[in-house]
Amino acid sequence: MLRLPRFTYLQPTSIDNALRMKQDAGPEGMYVAGGTDLYPNMKRRHQEPKTVIALNGLDDLHHVTINPGEGTAIGAGTTLRDIETHTDLGLEHPVVAKAAELIATPLLRNMGTVGGNLCLDTRCNYYNQSYEWRKCIDFCMKKDGEVCWVAPSSPRCWAVSSTDLAPVMVALAARYTLVGPGGDRQVAAGDFYNDDGIEYLTKRPEEILADVRLPAANGWDATYWKLRRRGSFDFPVLGVAAWVAWDGNTVRDARIVLGGVASFPKLVPASSEAIVGSDLDDDAIAASAHAAFKPAKPMDNTDFGLAWRKEMTRNYVRGALEELRDRHRRA
Amino acid sequence: MANSPNKHAEKVHVSLTVNGEHTEVAFAPHRTLLEVLREDLGLTGTKHGCELGECGTCVVLLDDRPVLSCLVLGIDCAGRSVKTVEGIADGPTLHPLQEAFADLGAAQCGYCTPGFLLTAEALLEEYPSPSRDEIKQALAGNLCRCTGYIKIYEAVELAAARLRGEAAEPKDEALYGRR
Amino acid sequence: MAGGNGDALRVVGRPQRKVDAVDKVTGQTRFADDMHLPQMLYGKLLRSPHPHARIVHIDASGAEKLPGVKAVLVGSELPIPFGILPVSQDEHALAPDRVRFVGDPVAAVAATSEDVATAALDRIAVQYEQLDTIASIDEAVQRAEPLIHDYGDNGNLHKLINLEFGDVEEGFAEADVVREDLFFYGGNTHLPMEQHAAVASYSADHKLTLWSSTQTPHYVHRALAKVLAMPASRIRVIACPNGGGFGGKSDPFNHEIVVARLAMKTGRPVKITLTREEVFYCHRGRHPTLMWAKTGVTKDGHITAMHFRTALDGGGYGSYGVASTYYTGALQTVTYQIDRYKFQGARAFTNKPPCGPKRGHGTPQPRFGVEVQVDKLAEQLNLDPAEMRLRHLVPPDSLTANYMRVGSIGLKACINKVVDGSGWKNTFRKLPEGRGVGLACSGYLSGAGLPIYWNNMPHSGVQLKCDRGGGVTVFCGSTDIGQGSDSILAYIVAEVLGVDPFEIRVVTADTDLTPVDLGSYSSRVTLMSGNAALQAAERARDMIAPEAAAKLDVPRERLVFAESRVFDAENPEHAMSFAEAVQAAEAVVGTIGTVGSYTPPESAGRYRGAGVGPSPAYSYSAAVAEVAVDLESGIVSVPKIWVAHDVGRCINPTAVMGQVEGSIYMGLGEALMEDMAYREDRRVVHKIPSMLEYKSPTTLEMCEVETFLITDPDPNGPFGAKEVGQGPLLPVAPAVANAVYDAVGVRIDEVPITPEKVHQALKRKAKGHEARYGPMSFPDIPWPDPTRVPTPAEGGDGTTAVPPERQH
Repeated sequence: MLRLPRFTYLQPTSIDNALRMKQDAGPEGMYVAGGTDLYPNMKRRHQEPKTVIALNGLDDLHHVTINPGEGTAIGAGTTLRDIETHTDLGLEHPVVAKAAELIATPLLRNMGTVGGNLCLDTRCNYYNQSYEWRKCIDFCMKKDGEVCWVAPSSPRCWAVSSTDLAPVMVALAARYTLVGPGGDRQVAAGDFYNDDGIEYLTKRPEEILADVRLPAANGWDATYWKLRRRGSFDFPVLGVAAWVAWDGNTVRDARIVLGGVASFPKLVPASSEAIVGSDLDDDAIAASAHAAFKPAKPMDNTDFGLAWRKEMTRNYVRGALEELRDRHRRA
Repeated sequence: MANSPNKHAEKVHVSLTVNGEHTEVAFAPHRTLLEVLREDLGLTGTKHGCELGECGTCVVLLDDRPVLSCLVLGIDCAGRSVKTVEGIADGPTLHPLQEAFADLGAAQCGYCTPGFLLTAEALLEEYPSPSRDEIKQALAGNLCRCTGYIKIYEAVELAAARLRGEAAEPKDEALYGRR
Repeated sequence: MAGGNGDALRVVGRPQRKVDAVDKVTGQTRFADDMHLPQMLYGKLLRSPHPHARIVHIDASGAEKLPGVKAVLVGSELPIPFGILPVSQDEHALAPDRVRFVGDPVAAVAATSEDVATAALDRIAVQYEQLDTIASIDEAVQRAEPLIHDYGDNGNLHKLINLEFGDVEEGFAEADVVREDLFFYGGNTHLPMEQHAAVASYSADHKLTLWSSTQTPHYVHRALAKVLAMPASRIRVIACPNGGGFGGKSDPFNHEIVVARLAMKTGRPVKITLTREEVFYCHRGRHPTLMWAKTGVTKDGHITAMHFRTALDGGGYGSYGVASTYYTGALQTVTYQIDRYKFQGARAFTNKPPCGPKRGHGTPQPRFGVEVQVDKLAEQLNLDPAEMRLRHLVPPDSLTANYMRVGSIGLKACINKVVDGSGWKNTFRKLPEGRGVGLACSGYLSGAGLPIYWNNMPHSGVQLKCDRGGGVTVFCGSTDIGQGSDSILAYIVAEVLGVDPFEIRVVTADTDLTPVDLGSYSSRVTLMSGNAALQAAERARDMIAPEAAAKLDVPRERLVFAESRVFDAENPEHAMSFAEAVQAAEAVVGTIGTVGSYTPPESAGRYRGAGVGPSPAYSYSAAVAEVAVDLESGIVSVPKIWVAHDVGRCINPTAVMGQVEGSIYMGLGEALMEDMAYREDRRVVHKIPSMLEYKSPTTLEMCEVETFLITDPDPNGPFGAKEVGQGPLLPVAPAVANAVYDAVGVRIDEVPITPEKVHQALKRKAKGHEARYGPMSFPDIPWPDPTRVPTPAEGGDGTTAVPPERQH
């Protein structure tokens, strides 16, 4: 049986308490919420905190607060299952519920949290492997080794952002509340992520992602399309989050964000610009899809072949935008 | 409740409810609920197929919610209620799900069966009349290599009907095929 | 009739629970890893990080010093090789001097906990000298160096076969259409939900007991005796219920021998449970197989000749590979009449985990080729593919060109059922673009006609005991891997003795207690152990009946054994209980115990290689798959499969249904997504040995299945029963491939049928190129001279033609 290594497990009763524990533990301390990302990684010895600080007992992190007209706050400790089944959230922000229900499996969604998915460790076929397997390829840059086997001449790590919620949050221009020893700060979702497989978050290690603030639903619409081999279990090999703000029948503003094709949720401005000012006619959608296809740079480190994955960017962006158009026309 | 904080070398002493019984057990804090159940409490009915959350074999109910015991720390179950396959039946009386799984051959090798039973029990607790699609969605995190899931769906539907008080019997084509 | 209890069958043919069903739904079934013995230690294997290397030196002193470590084992302590086939004794419990794939075990430890054992592995220093690798069939054909094994037919080609039944060139000359096609069937693995586990205990009086998740306790027993150099009589092997097998637990494995040796070394029980990753390294799954098929047909679709070549990627060891290779050529002939047939097969050694027997053992690959090629031929001849097949079925009670003796064949009924059930005539070539249906058929063995090691003893034995209380106990070496073989024993004995199957105790898979059954492979158990049980039960009835007849004062032939009673057929109230009947008999003849055994009929073929393929009976299947293909992405979904299976007779129809549905599931996974993928560039290493990345269909990919059970009792089966555990898998992949063609007009001559492949083929089609994805060439293999065997139609007697002057 694969087992966890030994570690010190701390169960803080408040956020302040947790922050202090992390300060005491130093760089070898890590926070855990649902455990569905960290514990498998620990079992494979590619994350090795000596101290694990549990956030799952902090009630402050578990809430969904909807203020119609003002916005919504979702506590980072809310389980994905609670998001997916939250009736009011489903009405106010259906795209969030939809993305949540596409994550992993029902069982994992009973355990995994919003914060955990937003902070999901980047993934790679050379990294999400046991210690023994990684040893036989001489390890990789992200853990215990020197080279990125995805692109051996590259100085950086190309592990893939595999979260389903993050592209949605970037597209919605959500803001995250981070709590650190010096107090709270708010950061735009788009600024929370780095295009680097190792340093994939801008969050300081001691900070706790406390909540996510979504803008009020007024005049905009969004959707999320996910590509994967199976309808369950699998991480996205491509995620497309599309957000449009309507002004009558014209797109006033738009954001197209790709997941699963880079080390961060990749906002594609050209793809967005291609539809602004249009009524999402076929030509505008095709131009947007093509603009998203060009910079999508899947690497050979997930399921499926990379050429096909790149090609699918076009289809999925088009599909997502057509969905938004059709919904608008029906409304 | 568990002491907190703890030193990682020491065992923690945890009280929890397992299958309705107050249970006390001591174990090292890095042990998963799966290990505690199987190795510290001798409840080997809970199986494991990957220990990474990738197969759904090790499902137990934690406060009535199906979770993967391979990714839950035992220490996190302090003061909580755990139900395993050993706790589904009411004494010598099988649960309708167990009856239906047995009648329809929904358990072939039987290794994934505990996980399916508990996931299905939670489903029926919440949705007494699930559609076939809802059953598929609910069971989408449990892998089975023997049955192709079909006998499992049929068993869940049969048990659901019986739990609703209907005098349901297996469908002829489930037992004999199409004729 | 074998039952003999009046006219009606009371147990056989009725839906029943399995005898172990309640244990399984209550979590009481004890799998190997559920065992815990006092003082038990935990073993772990150190596995090679290199795909091919010489072991220069092993220093295990670091591990020995770790507190909690009780024993360390290296290869030199277990120098005797083993292997499932007598011709391939090429494995060692721990590699003594050479590793042949990433994951090949080199050392082992036993410690007080799994944590300590795992930590100890890191303290064993192994110095390797790395060797070049052979990563593919092509490389094995091209390069004899480095030589992976110092035996085999030609360099790194482990096995080469060349058999010719009649003159195929003559057959092609008679044909109106001849076509050649290339196919590839990718490798995949069993992925049983239970990871292999074994527990060994060694007593101070030098007796060894091994509990293991094995499908073949008898072969494990033999391997242990050989490698440990111990008398088999001191070794007891108990196969625990298997948490799924599918062929993956049919070899004797390193860990089974190592755990036994560790128990002997420490004097304490030891358990080894493999991780999921290690299960991928044990493998023994489907051989990746490249195929070339040349087939000639007359205008009405009659096959005048077939020439079939296969090349198998065998991995690092022999395993069942020689048999697997023969199987890729053995059963092409059992469905449609083939006048002349030539088969050339090659198996390559490569530096990957060994391939072996997976559900359908060596036959799903060629069946894919045959069924897709028949579909292409039907189109070329402008025939309906169902109609073409129906016209040329092998007749019952006939001998094929390669001397397979076909008894009952219910394939016509199978085809008719799925054609009618699916509405084929209204859908084939008539659905809108993107939707399609495809048909395929198959035949499979109900047990191999020959044992794995040469002997003339029975293949299955049963002992049966009736006690004074009316209790019946059946002892048999057969192993329940979830298919329900324990239940089959109970149902058959219950039918004959007229008792409730749930009152029968079944004791199986224990080499100390049960007579030999060769194991749960080749779909042999229902037919073989079923026949042995039938014989034992009939003998018991024959022991009991005279005394019961005397007591009741009824002629023997009027006695009925049923309802746990023995009674007069003409006056059912005139009866005694079964227990009273046993007592009456025991008083006269003594203890009521019988034995039964089963040996298959002699094979018709007598040429070298004729041992693989013959079976007492063949099951038949037909399937229609419906697919939806997304024209832009190439993603294929399969909403529904109609399948009909000729099982001879259902002993328990519900259990039969379960096997059919499970076979469809596994076939669908192979058809669409399952792939044993390796990195062949830098290191020959399994790409991702995990449940997450080895894609097993979930509830959301599994199709709807409509099953038709065809019963056409075969005289060789118990109550007429044939196999069902493997056959229905075979038509799935070709039916899906044929349906994809019907849907979008591209031929995917390769399994798995992934979106990338369909997408590429669609692009080629759009550009006006060949609308196909598949292999482009077959390697130039140094075939040996053919063994020429005249066909039965040519007056052959199953032996090789002499003199072989027509060679070359």
